Amino acid sequence: MAVAEQVSKWEGSIDDLRGLVSERALTGETMLLNMGPHHPSTHGVLRLLLELDGEEIVTCLPDVGYLHTGIEKTIESKRYEQGVPLTDRMDYLSPMSNNMAFCMAIEKLVDLDVPERAQVIRVMLLEMSRIASHLVWLGTHALDLGAMSVFLYAFRERERILTMFEMLAGQRMMGSYFRPGGVWRDLTPDFLPTLEGFLDIFLAKVDDYELLLTNNPIWIDRTQGIGTIEPEQALAWGVSGPGLRGSGVNWDIRKAIPYSGYEQYDFEVPLGEHGDVFDRYLVRIQEMRESHKIIRQAIKKLETAKGGFRSDDRKFVPPPRSALGQSMESVIHHFKLWTEGFPAPDEEVFVSIESPRGEIGCYLHGDGGPKPRRVHFKTPSFMHISSLPVITKGYMLADLVAIASSMDVVLGDCDR
Amino acid sequence: MGVTSKLGNLGVVTTTLDTAINWGRTGAMWPLLFGLACCAIEYMSTQASNYDLSRFGMELNRATPRQADLLIVSGRVTRKMAPVVRQLYDQMASPKWVISMGDCASCGGVYNNYAVVQGVDEIIPVDVYVAGCPPRPEQLLDGIVMLHEKVRRETIKEWA
Repeated sequence: MAVAEQVSKWEGSIDDLRGLVSERALTGETMLLNMGPHHPSTHGVLRLLLELDGEEIVTCLPDVGYLHTGIEKTIESKRYEQGVPLTDRMDYLSPMSNNMAFCMAIEKLVDLDVPERAQVIRVMLLEMSRIASHLVWLGTHALDLGAMSVFLYAFRERERILTMFEMLAGQRMMGSYFRPGGVWRDLTPDFLPTLEGFLDIFLAKVDDYELLLTNNPIWIDRTQGIGTIEPEQALAWGVSGPGLRGSGVNWDIRKAIPYSGYEQYDFEVPLGEHGDVFDRYLVRIQEMRESHKIIRQAIKKLETAKGGFRSDDRKFVPPPRSALGQSMESVIHHFKLWTEGFPAPDEEVFVSIESPRGEIGCYLHGDGGPKPRRVHFKTPSFMHISSLPVITKGYMLADLVAIASSMDVVLGDCDR
Repeated sequence: MGVTSKLGNLGVVTTTLDTAINWGRTGAMWPLLFGLACCAIEYMSTQASNYDLSRFGMELNRATPRQADLLIVSGRVTRKMAPVVRQLYDQMASPKWVISMGDCASCGGVYNNYAVVQGVDEIIPVDVYVAGCPPRPEQLLDGIVMLHEKVRRETIKEWA
């Protein structure tokens, strides 16, 4: 039995697949093909079970969970501040966005104010990590479609951003720089000049990427009219971020539900028209330019922003090291915070922010003590993967690679 | 004429078979194109322009384990992924080496929980452990150089 043999390789009996694949697959008319979890172009450990009629995709069944790390459960056993480093490792292309969602949820739960300066620093870093994340996306997306050199250029610029993250947080990727009530440290003296130097050259680099791809006939053939998703369909499947805006839906949480002072910045939300791979590419390219604009405004805002880099509320934020030798009260606060943590009320909150991939939501339920009762993250990659069966239907197998990477899925973000 | 006249009379070079083979093995050690989590992004950085892994003859990532010499386990190995990693290792042709990149692959890292295998050495033998969460590209390069030194000390009898 050819089909039974084929299906047995998926580690599921044929009855498991009945109803999932078409009847033609059960008679052997169409072919079942396994893609992943080890496959170079699935951007991580995504497994897709495909039913193919020739080269045409009839059914696409995503199988996730190969990177399920139990982050949510582990955070439940940690105190609030200890949870921040774990959130770094969910969406590992933009760790700052995860930090932001988690810290915002804590701040909302315990009603902690963030000083204006800290908010500006946060916006600056969030936009930098948006650029860094889009650069990785651009490099790997182009690599998937056979354009090797864009990868090298995109990573060259990304290294400069990582160097700046390292200046602030001491780590290139997983800085855990955002903390409840602000950020870990103030900006270092050499940070802003380095950032200015980067911003001066960056727009020309984006033009370079566009020069390589946008009008390239091979690129256009591989991306235009491929993986089209209608706006209604995108909304119904919970697609967010550039995937949604590529279909022309004007939904950006930075504009719709502003956080961290985003309402004070002047920027556009780029929109696509057709909702295909090409439009999603254009949206991301344009978003990098808009992020550049926001960072410029944030640098200017930093000069006049009031307050410190972190809240002074000593019930939630430890005192600076220098204060420990001078005041008994500081020593007590320091001791209490590092041995017990701070209690949070038995309430539930939900916040959502716009990450480079889409909407990251954080649901946090306190239990009256220093540890959360339940933490849950609503992540964009999970929604995007669940929408793949709809988007890929009827396209060729080779287009699947383009479509999957155009949705910018990160499996750490999906499986957590 | 040609290259011989430029180089002059080089004479005869003698070496041992081990040295010659290990020279070849370290000079073109093809890694498997395999990424698990965050460390895979740093591995990509190592390959990209700034760190340029092709200096070590390793720019050619093979997508199939049959053609790969080196498995870089870059990221956390979960219980669901562990059989796949083991199968990939089994499918690689000898001689083969393994670098465990990052804390998660080396010992489980910060994830001491139900989902993560506490070190990839529970399922496959590891030659070099690289610490860091994630390790810097320089750290991975250090691990690769260390592996090369290890390979140079090997004799062909060990793999025969």
